[in-house]
Amino acid sequence: MTDIARMQSASIVPPAPRIERVPLILFGALAIAPFLAALSGAEGYVLSLLCRVMIFGLAALSLDLILGYGALVSFGHAAFLGIGGYAVGILASHGMEDALVQIPVALAASGLFAAITGTISLRTKGVYFIMITLAFGQMLFFLATSLAAYGGDDGLTLPSRSLLAGTTILKNDRVFYGFCFICLLGVYVLAREIVSSRFGRVLRGAKENPTRMEAIGFHPFRFQLLAYVISGMMAGLAGVLLANQAEFISPSFMTWQRSGELIFMVVLGGLGSLHGAIVGAAAFLLLEEFLPEILHLASFMLSSDLQSRLVENWKMVFGPVLILIVLFVRGGIMGLVPGGRHD
Amino acid sequence: MTKPLLELRNLRKNYGALIVTDDVSLSVPEGEVHAIIGPNGAGKTTLIHQISGLAPSGSGQVLFDGQDITGLRLHERARRGLARSFQITSVLPGFSALENVALAVQARSGSSYRLFGNAAREPDLNGPAMECLNLVGLGSRSHVLAGLLSHGEKRQLELAIALATEPKLLLLDEPLAGTGHEESRRVVEVLRRLRSRTTILLIEHDMEAVFSLADRISVLVYGRLIATGTPEQIRHNPEVRAAYLGEEEMA
Ligand SMILES: Nc1ncnc2c1ncn2[C@@H]1O[C@H](COP(=O)(O)OP(=O)(O)OP(=O)(O)O)[C@@H](O)[C@H]1O
Ligand SMILES: [Mg+2]
Repeated sequence: MTDIARMQSASIVPPAPRIERVPLILFGALAIAPFLAALSGAEGYVLSLLCRVMIFGLAALSLDLILGYGALVSFGHAAFLGIGGYAVGILASHGMEDALVQIPVALAASGLFAAITGTISLRTKGVYFIMITLAFGQMLFFLATSLAAYGGDDGLTLPSRSLLAGTTILKNDRVFYGFCFICLLGVYVLAREIVSSRFGRVLRGAKENPTRMEAIGFHPFRFQLLAYVISGMMAGLAGVLLANQAEFISPSFMTWQRSGELIFMVVLGGLGSLHGAIVGAAAFLLLEEFLPEILHLASFMLSSDLQSRLVENWKMVFGPVLILIVLFVRGGIMGLVPGGRHD
Repeated sequence: MTKPLLELRNLRKNYGALIVTDDVSLSVPEGEVHAIIGPNGAGKTTLIHQISGLAPSGSGQVLFDGQDITGLRLHERARRGLARSFQITSVLPGFSALENVALAVQARSGSSYRLFGNAAREPDLNGPAMECLNLVGLGSRSHVLAGLLSHGEKRQLELAIALATEPKLLLLDEPLAGTGHEESRRVVEVLRRLRSRTTILLIEHDMEAVFSLADRISVLVYGRLIATGTPEQIRHNPEVRAAYLGEEEMA
């Protein structure tokens, strides 16, 4: 190497990434929330709502891994929520109630389903990929409705939350909250590692220009497949948590509408930042939860008849609000936050 | 003559009724700089697609390094040492120039299924990538996003990416197209230096560059190779003069 080259290679290592504000605030808020919830007088309600936020945040984050970094629009991602949920329900109804058994089974089943369906669907592109993932999702949905032994259409109420290493500590809402928090944080850190790794770089490259990647010797398919499997397993974990949070499983876990909502959460939060997906899930669920109240307050000047009708039909407002955010805020909610994006 | 690195045997291809590659046979020995010239629409780019594996051939064979690679796909051929650039610039616009090249280094380093460790900070990848960038004269632009480089710089970057794969054969589709005078001089200089390291198959409209770089030249017209020979032979071939080259360019 020449002297000039050596000089330049000294500066080619990018500066150490600064601590990012958004994820820090996000996880900080989730960490202190249970303490505030205890003071709120409605601890159970707040914890359960925030658990849902974290669980769907986890599912949306898993989707962002392939959607935001691989441009793979999976319209069947709720299937993995279902697989995770049914792993809990089916195992529990056969007496295997420990999460330490249920989680590995759920991950294995999700991974297997992803490997099989991914091998087929990743051979297609664009709209065809969307359609074929949707079709696989629907296939699993109908399979679940036909599982008469496990509740069929109606679903199955779990006898209780999963055991953890033989103990019943997950029955405590605070402990369960902590468990969800650790799962979300762990998966987030893992996903961050993955997207900046050698593997992740190939995935991102294939998203930008697959032909270029092939011309230097990469076969995008294999990388996309592995990403799809990892993503499916992460969503499967979210399914395990969701079943425990609801203490109930049913085919409704994996409707195509649910898959659509997951895509929406990711786009709403901002594609391709991982924490954006969590923020998107939070915004989605909190809006869904509080929009009726917000509408009630905002429409105080209307007659009480109009007011109550508006509140009753809050979904008519919910849809347009979401669409407006996506249309007018490029990069989703993360696009509003300075430094919210890191790519 | 050294053994052929690349051998095309009776390659054909058509798009519907249009015959784009018509019974092309060609042998490129190791170490040669071979230029393919021909008028617009002659089928030069298509031929490069067929050699690199981007487009399948209708019939015929492509032999590379003694092996039949006709059935292999683009990425498989790349792994065997066939690198190419594109007539229409093809880089990763959202990646820095350095990362574009580092990915090519990573491709030949083998282990791309590592899920941990920040790839952008690996000296083993960045070091060789930086050398390639310096070679093409983009060293000072390593941190600029490829999408923000000038057109000429993107062409240089593509060359650096191809070099980083350490190819046995470099397929270049009009590397000088759209480059400024200074950039084009530099690219020619780089190619001149590369000839000791790798075999080059080059498509180029810049006759000055072609005649000064190439060991041999082939002329493609309507999908047929009408002549192959040294620059001197091509310059004086009446068929070539009639079919393609303007008198002033031949001077
Ligand atoms: N995908 C395609 N489908 C149909 N026709 C095509 C396709 N690609 C190229 N052609 C046609 O094949 C012929 C050869 O095209 P090609 O791009 O190989 O020519 P070229 O020699 O590289 O030309 P240029 O000097 O303009 O780059 C042209 O007539 C072109 O219109
Ligand atoms: Mg061309």
